[in-house]
Amino acid sequence: MTAIEVRNLHKQYGDRVAVRDVSFAVEEGEIFGIVGPNGAGKTTTVECVTGLRRPDGGSVSVLGLDPVRDHQRVSELVGAQLQESALPDRLRVGEALELFASFYASPADPARLIDELGLADKRRTPYAKLSGGQKQRLSIALALVGNPRIAVLDELTTGLDPQARQDTWRLVEQVRDRGVTVLLVTHFMAEAAHLCDRVAVIRDGEVVALDTPHGLTGGVESGQRLGFRPDRDFDERLLADLPGVTSVRRQDGEVLVTGTGDLVSVVLVELTRRGVVPTTVQLSQPSLDDAYLALIGGSARQEETA
Amino acid sequence: MNTRLVRTELRLFLREPASVGFGLAMAPLILVILGCVPAFREVNEDLGGLRVIDLYVPIIMLMAIAMMAVNALPSELVTRRERGVLRRLSTTPVKASAMLSAQIVVHLLLTACTVVVILALGRLVFDVRIPQNPAGFLLALVLSTLALFSIGMLISGLFRTSRGAQGVGTLLFFPMLFFAGLWVPREAMPDLLNRIGDFTPLGAGAQALRDTSDGGWPSALHLVVLLAYVIGVSAAAVRTFRWQ
Repeated sequence: MTAIEVRNLHKQYGDRVAVRDVSFAVEEGEIFGIVGPNGAGKTTTVECVTGLRRPDGGSVSVLGLDPVRDHQRVSELVGAQLQESALPDRLRVGEALELFASFYASPADPARLIDELGLADKRRTPYAKLSGGQKQRLSIALALVGNPRIAVLDELTTGLDPQARQDTWRLVEQVRDRGVTVLLVTHFMAEAAHLCDRVAVIRDGEVVALDTPHGLTGGVESGQRLGFRPDRDFDERLLADLPGVTSVRRQDGEVLVTGTGDLVSVVLVELTRRGVVPTTVQLSQPSLDDAYLALIGGSARQEETA
Repeated sequence: MNTRLVRTELRLFLREPASVGFGLAMAPLILVILGCVPAFREVNEDLGGLRVIDLYVPIIMLMAIAMMAVNALPSELVTRRERGVLRRLSTTPVKASAMLSAQIVVHLLLTACTVVVILALGRLVFDVRIPQNPAGFLLALVLSTLALFSIGMLISGLFRTSRGAQGVGTLLFFPMLFFAGLWVPREAMPDLLNRIGDFTPLGAGAQALRDTSDGGWPSALHLVVLLAYVIGVSAAAVRTFRWQ
């Protein structure tokens, strides 16, 4: 069964088009990722799914309901963790969960949720005193306290340290294992690759690819990449004419050769023939990040260093 | 009305030392300080046989209301919106309007408590007469409160940052209280200033409270001015308020 169906969604703020044309369907029980650089339209798309914004064109259906018209029913079925949404500083963890539980018709047990999310010893801690990871855990708990069938998680791990990020990933998998469909928004491809059953890549308000993480890598230039440092000066352009080689470039003294087929032996034989000894040789398959960069173009590079 | 939300908001308010200090304690404290000045407790023929402290009780009440309505409430609401709390609530079945009404209820409730404390302090400690026209006094008090809360809601709608809301709240607070007679009682103010004051919410409110304290009814002018603020400003507040 389809949990979320978005068809030809269009949304603009004044003259600025935030979402041009986005379509995707999320099946029940899967973790579905929306990936893209900042400003690509991810958050606006999710806001239309949760009924926070009214689409200018196209349609959104959540478990067969219209998120704007049937806002009341949709809000019972969808739990949201919003980007840049905080709680009052002096609200305590336990109070927050009990308060949010009181909003729903058939809520989960706040005490149990606190235990499950590892916040038991923080029950009386005010929101302002929580660490980044703890805030995110509370945020996930609040998204789950209404016993939703769909959880929307927007920029869940932005600003978390690697350990907290790993922990949060495990939590998201646990959410899925409870039978909750997860719509995950992120600008980290690694996160999407790790967690998602399927990923939609959004750029400039449009879906540029929609596939499994594995399928996304396959769709981009297949083949291998060989990197090495030559022990002496040589003109790397000589490698470009070899059979199977698609590109050669030099970066910080390292020569990077991409190509298909018998790339490794072809290159090594040629190097030996010219008396060049390659050091620190690395062979890699194109990664999801490569696939992502190829899909969204150059703008993603700044994203990665940001 | 979500009672847990109201209870939680009440608790959060009381946990904030600044809001307790400025919102609740300051106005009664100022009354006590003024009351400790011996000259203010002496009958003054220029004031029609009243004492300065008699004049100050209603003015300090208005000050307490203004503190909650144009300072505390807008700064809290704008902070909530700024930090995405209202947006987060919009995704739950109760919606952001529930938090808005809970905030208003809590601020009204605490305002009422402070007003009662000021009335009791005046009566018990400084021997100030209970208002001689209680119904009229209550009417004037309710209208002044509604006018000030409307102004507070309009500020919450117009300003995107809590800093801006706080700034304009403070900026309005002092001139409004000037016309109420906080520095110079209306009895001692030049006619021109009183004429201007008649058209400000707290000038009209202070005079209506004065008149009813002495057993009369508020003048039509002051009632109309207060009502005009209540209706006009709250309509503007409804139009300008944004949830995110």
